[in-house]
Amino acid sequence: MTLQEGHPAMYSNKVVDFGTPVKRSDNTVTVHIDGKPVCVPEGTSVMRAAVEAGVQVPKLCATDSLESFGSCRLCLVEIDGRRGTPASCTTPCDDGMQVTTQSKKLAKLRRGVMELYISDHPLDCLTCPANGNCELQDMAGAVGLRDVRYGYEGENHLVQEKDESNPYFTFDPTKCIVCSRCVRACEETQGTFALTVEGRGFDSKIAAGPTNFFDSECVSCGACVQACPTSTLMEKSIVDEGQPDHAVTTTCAYCGVGCSFRAEMQGSEVVRMVPHKDGKANHGHSCVKGRFAWGYATHPDRVKQPMIRKKITDPWREVSWEEAFEYAASEIKRIQAKYGQASTGGITSSRCTNEETFLLQKLVRAGFGNNNVDTCARVCHSPTGYGLKTTLGESAGTQDFDSVDFTDCVIVLGANPTDGHPVFASRLKKRLREGATLIVIDPRQIDLVRTPHVEASFHLQLRPGSNVAVMNALAHVVVTEGLESKGYIAERCDMEDYGKWKAFISEERNSPEALEEHTGVPADQIRGAARLFAKAPNGALYYGLGVTEHSQGSTGVMTIANLAMLTGNIGRPGVGVNPLRGQNNVQGACDMGSFPHELPGYRHVSDPAVRELFGKEWGVDIQPEPGLRIPNMFDAAVDGSFKALYVQGEDIAQSDPDTQHVQKALESLECLIVQDIFMNETAKYAHVIFPGSSFLEKDGTFTNAERRISRVRKVMPPLPGLADWEVTVRFAEALGYRMNYSHPSEIMDEIARLTPTFTGVSYTKLDKLGSIQWPCNEAAPEGTPYMHENEFVRGKGKFVLTEFQATPERTTRKFPLILTTGRILSQYNVGAQTRRTQNQVWHDEDIIELHPHDAENRGIEHGDMVSMQSRKGDTTMRCIVTDRMQPGVVFTTFHHPESGANVVTTDNSDWATNCPEYKVTAVQIRKVASDKGEWQQRFDAFAQQQDLLARQGFAEDSEQGSK
Amino acid sequence: MQSRSSSAVAATPDQLAAVDAAISRLATMRGACLPMMHAIQAELGFVPHEAVQRIADSLNLSRADVHGVLTYYHDFRSEAPGCHVLKVCRAESCQAMGSEKLEDHLCEKHGVAMGETCADGEVTVEPVYCLGNCALSPAVMLDGKVYGRVSAERLDALLQRAKKSTGGQS
Repeated sequence: MTLQEGHPAMYSNKVVDFGTPVKRSDNTVTVHIDGKPVCVPEGTSVMRAAVEAGVQVPKLCATDSLESFGSCRLCLVEIDGRRGTPASCTTPCDDGMQVTTQSKKLAKLRRGVMELYISDHPLDCLTCPANGNCELQDMAGAVGLRDVRYGYEGENHLVQEKDESNPYFTFDPTKCIVCSRCVRACEETQGTFALTVEGRGFDSKIAAGPTNFFDSECVSCGACVQACPTSTLMEKSIVDEGQPDHAVTTTCAYCGVGCSFRAEMQGSEVVRMVPHKDGKANHGHSCVKGRFAWGYATHPDRVKQPMIRKKITDPWREVSWEEAFEYAASEIKRIQAKYGQASTGGITSSRCTNEETFLLQKLVRAGFGNNNVDTCARVCHSPTGYGLKTTLGESAGTQDFDSVDFTDCVIVLGANPTDGHPVFASRLKKRLREGATLIVIDPRQIDLVRTPHVEASFHLQLRPGSNVAVMNALAHVVVTEGLESKGYIAERCDMEDYGKWKAFISEERNSPEALEEHTGVPADQIRGAARLFAKAPNGALYYGLGVTEHSQGSTGVMTIANLAMLTGNIGRPGVGVNPLRGQNNVQGACDMGSFPHELPGYRHVSDPAVRELFGKEWGVDIQPEPGLRIPNMFDAAVDGSFKALYVQGEDIAQSDPDTQHVQKALESLECLIVQDIFMNETAKYAHVIFPGSSFLEKDGTFTNAERRISRVRKVMPPLPGLADWEVTVRFAEALGYRMNYSHPSEIMDEIARLTPTFTGVSYTKLDKLGSIQWPCNEAAPEGTPYMHENEFVRGKGKFVLTEFQATPERTTRKFPLILTTGRILSQYNVGAQTRRTQNQVWHDEDIIELHPHDAENRGIEHGDMVSMQSRKGDTTMRCIVTDRMQPGVVFTTFHHPESGANVVTTDNSDWATNCPEYKVTAVQIRKVASDKGEWQQRFDAFAQQQDLLARQGFAEDSEQGSK
Repeated sequence: MQSRSSSAVAATPDQLAAVDAAISRLATMRGACLPMMHAIQAELGFVPHEAVQRIADSLNLSRADVHGVLTYYHDFRSEAPGCHVLKVCRAESCQAMGSEKLEDHLCEKHGVAMGETCADGEVTVEPVYCLGNCALSPAVMLDGKVYGRVSAERLDALLQRAKKSTGGQS
């Protein structure tokens, strides 16, 4: 099913620009534009009102993503009773205003302005990359420019060098009209302030500060490129390919912000991704990954043909889909016959769609006949699910992203939004520039602590592993100083639990002073932060994996819920508990029943009614016992009781902790089926490869961090011939379990039938509304932007006792430093996608960051190769010395497989959910001469061997093919 | 200040110390960006490119913000000037009274054009737009002092006297 002309998701590549942003106001005013009455919110510009009345006023420096600026003088209008010709972009509408947008006088003025612009503009429209989509060209046409009286010979800006230093866009100053849209986009939309106008008067020039774009503060979000009305800032893909002919709305496949994009197309080829203005998560903004780093989808490394082999030391054999399904199914059946039904399992992916995830867990539960299904949320946000379900009653964040516009004080805890969730970070920074205050709780000095025009009021630079202590101390201050929201708690929370919790938290041992030795944070800072947060009218908490990936991860989540309830900050815009989800569909993967103990909609498998509901629909008996979690699968594999695993779109060999244990587990399997778009690290241990399809090649939905279900739309055919959901359907068939779907919309219909929070969701409704935040049912037919409005989902909010317990991972003389891991802006997770794009220019290796004191003690200098050793293993990386770190703490990322960051991490995990403790590993660091540690040498040898096996296989195939 | 800082010479440790001192002295002032630049230029005669990042860090501005301000004002120099700074007025009255001839003269006789420093490092010539001395056009300002009705000969004499004071050759 391809999109038909006129479908709401299919656009021409031109989008209506209202010129100035929408204004929020309770009052409306009516104005007449060229005689047409139009009613707009108070504060709306005349320009915007005109567009709403269907009248386009010529403009150049205005665009509706930016506040009006009034520099181009093209949008002049006449207003009855007013002198002169005011700029329509900077003039707010008054009730009863009569506006004339076209007159002889205005035409003359506008033509005069255009003459000046064009007298200093290269007249190479036919060979210009913006040809066909250039606002300057359009305006020249609109004002009827016919000749330029000034000639073209005078002093001009036509001889200037292009800046091509950014890998994704060019800056051609000869085309620039200095409208400042790019500068303002960098400030207002992105909040980086990397651009400026250099010089003055005739010498004015857009500049990325004193350097070129690449060396500047630019984070390559592309907001400037999108704002540019000419071809001055232009995507290199458009320079190379030309302008798109149509666009399809879809959803980004990177982080949990879930930005809506228009995939701008030529036929079935993407030429540019442009964030969708009407996208409710991103409102027309994006980051470097979503906008630019999509080239991996057509990278030559893509696997296009299914492959099989008996042993992992055998060469790969490319086979037909039929043969791959038959082989995989026969292996599953053989293994189940030999080792029992429970010896098999599957792992769903937070990168895949809801529909695909739903199908995979259905395959495991109905086709494999067990509950051995888990998802990568196990290793990231499983404590969020558990903690929020326990305290509030629903395993999800409470707000939408728009909520941040109404907040007064924000706590960012264990999250690094400018790197991990850049589009949300831009919105947060905007709100902070408007005056909201910020408290950062993080062991590192992340950018938000102090970045141009934004500064945290408090940075509680805690020791890794002491989140619970810090949060308890904050709550202690609120309670003991009487700053809690007594009325809110009495009305909304379980008072018996609250009484017990209050007694517990008030104990002296939970005071900031008592906990200082664990947290390393001065008590007065905690007291100050607690007062600031408790006194703010709207306080919001945003957190990430720095909370969940700890031995007390679930406790950490519950401390957040406790503090939010204590201060009355759940149930309206501007407040709430906001987990920043790592991957595009981690919320969705959890919702879809990926956990071994829960069927879709977070309903426990032990509940007979739930089992009957699903069992009836699926025609099977569902096992009442929860299945294996990912770490249990590894342990069982090593023990020899778990023998076959179907992994969809996840690279467990790289992303899961204690790599050597994972490798041993994978080597113990008799049948490992990997479904991925690339031969990832896990694929090296596989027996069957089902080539995957990228987000551009299939229909489905993703659910982002704000529970927003958005459509993913197929814009090109799947490279391997089948989309992922079709693969699961066909594989199930080969196993003898029939699934009847002709389109993912039918899978969503089934999800809606079976899951109360999804009752009202359908593709038709998604097409109509753009996106829907679940719960969506009879009570909330258009979805739920913020939850727990009048009461908590569980009824009364539950305060849970959150005793601080230090992690068992202790520093010793042998391992005196604490390693904490995370990610950076340009790379994404295991890097399978971003490493195959030009984002590599920003980060082509993982690097250890350490504090100058720790470096000096060890004779380490900036840029040295160092070995990092933990109780689990060791690896070698380059290091940088930076005071972003605190003494005693080191940091690295895990984007590159050869770095082996997870060789070092341990098997400690959250007490409730087994989420691994990636954030705390005791290590030692020393300077080394060699580039590679022992594990890395083995890694290289194995990678070479597997590469050879793949190539041998292909060579044999082609020989056979030629016979 | 049009030259890109990447091509500029690195500041000396003493100069950087002066930059840091000026910045920390004004760090708590509201809107200290321009005052910091003035203080640095007053101290060093120019604003070294390294100052951009340091001012930005101090005031929590972006480097681009500071660069934009610094380049907006022609008065700020990116490189150290000569021992003496000569400003030649280019405003209407002085132009009408022959200031362009003075510029030509400086070029021919002293080998220095507007915005440049002569080869011996003695004199930097800069344009200025009105010294408020129109009645006595053409006017120049040498090391902060205004001179009116300046002819080529008088200019030579002024420069010679100034150079002598710093021990330069005439």
